[in-house]
Amino acid sequence: MPTAPDMRRTTYREALRAGLHEALKRDPRVFLMGEDVGKYGGTYAVSRGFLEEFGPERIRDTPLSESAFVGAGIGAALGGMRPIVEVMTVNFSLLALDQILNGAATLRHMSGGQFTVPLVIRMATGAGRQLAAQHSHSLEGWYAHIPGIRVLAPATLEDARGMLWSALQEPDPVIIFEHAVLYNLEGELPEDAGAVPLDRAAVRREGKDLSLIAYGGTLPKALQAAERLAAEGVAAEVLDLRSLRPLDEAAILATVGKTHRAVIVDEGWRSGSLAAEISARIMEGAFYSLDAPVQRVCSEEVPIPYARHLEEAAIPQVEDILAAAGKVLGRDA
Amino acid sequence: MDKGKLVSWLVKEGDRVKKGDVIAVVETQKSAVDVEVWQDGTVEKILVQPSEADLPVGTVLALLGGDGEAAAPPAEAVPKKAPAAATRPAVAARPLPPTVPGERAKISPAARRRAEEFRLDLAKLRGSGPEGAVVLEDVEAAIAAQTPAAGLPASGAQDKQLAMRRAIAAAMEKSHREIPLYFLETLIPMERALSWMEARNRDRPPNERLLYVALLLKAVALALREVPEFNGYYLNGAFQPGPGIHLGVAVSLREGGLQAPAIHDVDQKDLSRIMAEAQGLVKRVRGGGLKGSELTDPTITVTSLGEEGVEKVFGLIYPPQVAIVGFGKVYQAPLVEEGQVVARRAITAVLSADHRANDGHRGALFLKAIQRRLQEPEKL
Repeated sequence: MPTAPDMRRTTYREALRAGLHEALKRDPRVFLMGEDVGKYGGTYAVSRGFLEEFGPERIRDTPLSESAFVGAGIGAALGGMRPIVEVMTVNFSLLALDQILNGAATLRHMSGGQFTVPLVIRMATGAGRQLAAQHSHSLEGWYAHIPGIRVLAPATLEDARGMLWSALQEPDPVIIFEHAVLYNLEGELPEDAGAVPLDRAAVRREGKDLSLIAYGGTLPKALQAAERLAAEGVAAEVLDLRSLRPLDEAAILATVGKTHRAVIVDEGWRSGSLAAEISARIMEGAFYSLDAPVQRVCSEEVPIPYARHLEEAAIPQVEDILAAAGKVLGRDA
Repeated sequence: MDKGKLVSWLVKEGDRVKKGDVIAVVETQKSAVDVEVWQDGTVEKILVQPSEADLPVGTVLALLGGDGEAAAPPAEAVPKKAPAAATRPAVAARPLPPTVPGERAKISPAARRRAEEFRLDLAKLRGSGPEGAVVLEDVEAAIAAQTPAAGLPASGAQDKQLAMRRAIAAAMEKSHREIPLYFLETLIPMERALSWMEARNRDRPPNERLLYVALLLKAVALALREVPEFNGYYLNGAFQPGPGIHLGVAVSLREGGLQAPAIHDVDQKDLSRIMAEAQGLVKRVRGGGLKGSELTDPTITVTSLGEEGVEKVFGLIYPPQVAIVGFGKVYQAPLVEEGQVVARRAITAVLSADHRANDGHRGALFLKAIQRRLQEPEKL
């Protein structure tokens, strides 16, 4: 895309930061809390400078107790605030899973609609930064299993900038997964970028020969794979799921209906993965459109290793996507 | 060829064989043929000994173990009843594509659906997809080859001509090979119908006048309502009624060849409309612009060679249809009316029908219904 006058070079981190800043400015009910979000400026430096600008009432450092501060966030949301809770990584969020699943996700249902929990939880996910097996997993699929919450995976600058505000308008809990390797993603963003709709998946690249279905950290890899395939004369369509719950099933079926071949790229473990769910939906809704068995590119079923070469070997890479594409195209029969 | 005798084995159990090796000799009705092996491996078990007995094509003669398969047999290579874990049958004729009896051919769902739309015989296709599966592209290629006028890029009139000839050849070969035909013939008095038509035409401008073919088509369509087992397809060993009464009208091309695209729902259309559509169809067959579906939609075919002076037409069925009605010329026939031989215009209708799908008694009723309808032209 040519650089229009109103485009600005920026990063995923800066886009998130701009979204947070806007939310804090526009709505006095919004506040941010989590480990190291204040004095330290956020583990991934998303909220640097916010403590000075907005003060300790709205930028709140918390103790190292996910259960406690996610629970506090639920309470604040029930009380009419619009809390944004940052959990350092999805691995740590398991300590707050009871609050999220048994609390946030169920209260509307159990109160017969009397209470809603307009809470936004942001967390980092994924591997690729040599943070080893307790900081690197992709458990988005687990959250996408839970009715009562919305699960988002911004993979572009637009979505990093615009999903937060839309999430804050939701009456129910929203979890936003930020893939750790995306923070340094660079690109162009319009000066006036703002809120984006949440429900729809987005075709990031048009193609007719096969569909690469990806989200979050696997989107850039899928786009690279599509570029390589284009050099070989294969037109791959790349679908960015954006929303993991609810899934935009219509978009998934539409792309498969068009290309007849699907490769799902998901950094979660293969067994019981989100990729498995998508594959099943394709089977249910687009079986007669399929020209080849659906392929999945997922992480190896191991705790994510620390050593760089092992970590790289454990998670989906462009080469793996190309190999799966070769399979659905019948090239390695 | 559908059966043969096993004359001799050229290998014994335990022999290693390579793809292309001749492993047995089989005698057919016409000659002795070598049986080649299509896989590297070891002859594990010989199941049939040479004898005078006729064996149907497809009989498993021996079991073949693949290379290094003992440890990890490929799942698709294991027939249910095989005694050894990893065995492949060698069969008396080369299947196309090579499959193990009882194993379902690999055809992608999309390819299967597309082939059904065009009623394409998938067993004849070679797969180019994953694991040798027949995929959409293979079906599209076969469709393009089958319906040159509709599908192929223009690559010279001669190529088109050749492709059409081949398509006709393939369809008629299949028809003649597979369909047990029976023929019924009847002379239909046409005096009443033609007089009615001539009276009707008299008051109209030429472009609104009917030709008698419109009457024939409508009569056939209405007769099919009464005897619906001639309207449809013979597929997978059973008759399937057509989705409507879509008459395929055989249209010859000046440069040779023919096509028989559909006029849809003829039973529900009036004669003027049928006439207009028939003329439109002829134009498009000869000038281009036919849709692929028009060529595959017919549920029965009607052909008339009367203009060329032919008295009777004994047609071959276009599979998977189950009948074709042929009309000859209208001529002055010596008919008996009230004990007197009189000259009256008449036409001969011949029904060629698929005896797998229907029987002569019903065929006779069908012809009779056509005849009766043509005696009441005002009701057509």
